[in-house]
Amino acid sequence: MISAAEALKDFQKITPKTIPLVEPFSKGHRACQGCGEVLALRMVAKAVGMDMIAVSATGCMEIISSSYQTAWETPWIHVAFENAAAVASGVEAGRKALIRKGRIKDAGAKVVAFAGDGATADIGLQALSGALERGHDFTYICLDNEAYMNTGIQRSSSTPYGAMTTTSPPGPKSKGQMTWKKNMPMIAAAHNVPYVATASPAWHVDLMNKVKKAVTIPGPAYIHIFSPCPTGWRCGPETSIETARLAVQSKVFPLFEVIDGQFILSRDIKKPKPVEEYLKTQRRFSHLKPEDIAYIQKRVDADYERLLKLVQVTAPEA
Amino acid sequence: MGRRVGLEVSLACAEAVGLCNADVVAAYPITPQTHIVEHLSELVAEGHLDAEFVPVESEHSAMSCCIGSSAAGARTFTSTSSQGLALMHEILFIAASLRLPIVMATANRSLSGPISIWNDHSDIMAERDIGWIQTFAENGQEVVDLTLHAFKVAEDKRVCLPVAVNLDGFILTHVIEPIEMPDQEEVDAYLPPFEPSQSLDPANPISMGVVGMPEIYTEAKKANAAALEDSYSVIKEHWEGLAKQFGRTYKPIETYRTDDAEVLFVTMGSLGETVMSAVDQMRDDGIKVGQVRIRLWRPFPLDDFMEAIAGAKTLIVIDRALCPGLPAGPVATELRGMMYAKGAKQYVANFVCGLGGRDVTRSQFIEMVNEAQKAAASGEEMSCRMVGVKE
Ligand SMILES: Cc1ncc(C[n+]2csc(CCOP(=O)(O)OP(=O)(O)O)c2C)c(N)n1
Ligand code: SF4
Ligand SMILES: [Mg+2]
Repeated sequence: MISAAEALKDFQKITPKTIPLVEPFSKGHRACQGCGEVLALRMVAKAVGMDMIAVSATGCMEIISSSYQTAWETPWIHVAFENAAAVASGVEAGRKALIRKGRIKDAGAKVVAFAGDGATADIGLQALSGALERGHDFTYICLDNEAYMNTGIQRSSSTPYGAMTTTSPPGPKSKGQMTWKKNMPMIAAAHNVPYVATASPAWHVDLMNKVKKAVTIPGPAYIHIFSPCPTGWRCGPETSIETARLAVQSKVFPLFEVIDGQFILSRDIKKPKPVEEYLKTQRRFSHLKPEDIAYIQKRVDADYERLLKLVQVTAPEA
Repeated sequence: MGRRVGLEVSLACAEAVGLCNADVVAAYPITPQTHIVEHLSELVAEGHLDAEFVPVESEHSAMSCCIGSSAAGARTFTSTSSQGLALMHEILFIAASLRLPIVMATANRSLSGPISIWNDHSDIMAERDIGWIQTFAENGQEVVDLTLHAFKVAEDKRVCLPVAVNLDGFILTHVIEPIEMPDQEEVDAYLPPFEPSQSLDPANPISMGVVGMPEIYTEAKKANAAALEDSYSVIKEHWEGLAKQFGRTYKPIETYRTDDAEVLFVTMGSLGETVMSAVDQMRDDGIKVGQVRIRLWRPFPLDDFMEAIAGAKTLIVIDRALCPGLPAGPVATELRGMMYAKGAKQYVANFVCGLGGRDVTRSQFIEMVNEAQKAAASGEEMSCRMVGVKE
């Protein structure tokens, strides 16, 4: 198989002027106002185009896109909560066999799996790991709204430290979520897949280019998209993009790519905003005390430092 | 004409899948299914079968992967057993509701705990309501024939449902038997390439697996159940086709020495062959006993069954699994319910035996006849008896 770098040799970047006009995902969905997940999903779909074969995990995006009419203009399948990666493996394997046997034409279809953070980092982690390890040619998109929103805002392993959810309520004996957010992009990268990236709907052109790269590169690709959920995060529906932007600017959610194992920052945050500025946009953090915020700031800084080191050590020798 | 070979039944099963030209095999190993998938991966590696062998990381993913590949339009096979089947449980229903013609060989094995790799029917009896067509083989030849038949029925546009072919773990999977393996041309004549009526194709987009709101869920379920019921005539039709092509006949309910029989054994799977020899011995002694074998378990062929037992006074239903908290095993529970609705008068004795690989001998079957006849004569209710329990 050719390397990701080779596959991207003639890569044509999407620019603000060349954003695809197609809408593989459009009419008829029932997401909440200001939903960051559905915004990101639409951007992904535009970047993939009409050749997409979408596989959804159970969760908000599956429910809101298929309850009375389908919002999917391209082929779409939903099977269960924890198996989007396994179903996508099957779609890819089935098409591969049929193309080889000359029974269907290879018209460049792209298999793309969509799953929430719960479906990815928790219940579906095994299926995802299996599919990444086996090397199927597909793209896996994790739409991370940092909790199980579809079932009513329960915590997941991707819920950030301190956040209030319905199963991590703050109280005299609890600060809310007591564990640090699981680092899914690093787990994906540890599978040595050709392409891993993080993305944010606040940088929509960057997001679409990452998706375009992911589907261009043969083999498995993983993109982790920060997806504000006004309903679950207790913030105004008009603030989703602003919240997503602050998460990047405060280093809470750094944007980077891992291409053939090389870590590349999409934007270096030279003058970071304080984490507090990001936290205070959402009422899920409103109970946090100054010392909690200081703790979060320290760990966010340390995580970012580690990322910078990875960028350094994986950089090609000059 | 096919060739007569001595072959381990698992290998014969894999060869049959190869003859069917499966496009995708996705499976996870579990004893006693292992030889089936090992041989399939070998057939692919050697270039004898042009398929994608997907070595998934669990049975849950195996069934999920099968759904994906079948939805993509590929002829798809898997095989599992016991804990693996239980791990698939959630996804099995979805395969049926998406109307995907996946074929699965189930090497029947007991369920934990305690953990046991040996044969009984606990695994498949926990999956009675998954909406799949379910058949039972009694020997290696039947495994081969039922596998060809499974693809033929599953992919028939009047059916479009997954099929599970059950074969007893070890007792069949690990035994070398004389088997007539059909030629490729014969199989091709019986089973044309899979032509899905719908698949995941960007040129013709469809949405599969949408939400079932209360306004449509009931109708979707009704349609699904009706599809399974309606598959009965197609199942029979393709057994007739199999008889024409290969000269071996299959029926939903098989009977053995039922003419004038007063007592009838009801069996499923390979244990039926031991019962046959017990029947022969008792017939030699002048006891009017016969046997009914359930080949088609889902959809249940009730009319055929009622016809087969019409002349009998007593049934001895053999169960290879337990229904804890109920007075009978799964097969007897179901049969009693269905017979009651038909106003049947037969006395139903129920024995649970052969759990977790325990052998059941001919003399134990003969003893069951004595017990059942005594109980029937007394007219007392007889709750299920477990055979050969060490006190
Ligand atoms: C096996 C199983 N367990 C639990 C559920 C219930 N369930 C459905 S969606 C969901 C949460 C989804 O969370 P996430 O993956 O983060 O997606 P989101 O809804 O937040 O987009 C849960 C717990 C289920 N459908 N299946
Ligand atoms: S609950 Fe959150 S993720 Fe789900 S549809 Fe509403 S805003 Fe979007
Ligand atoms: Mg979520």
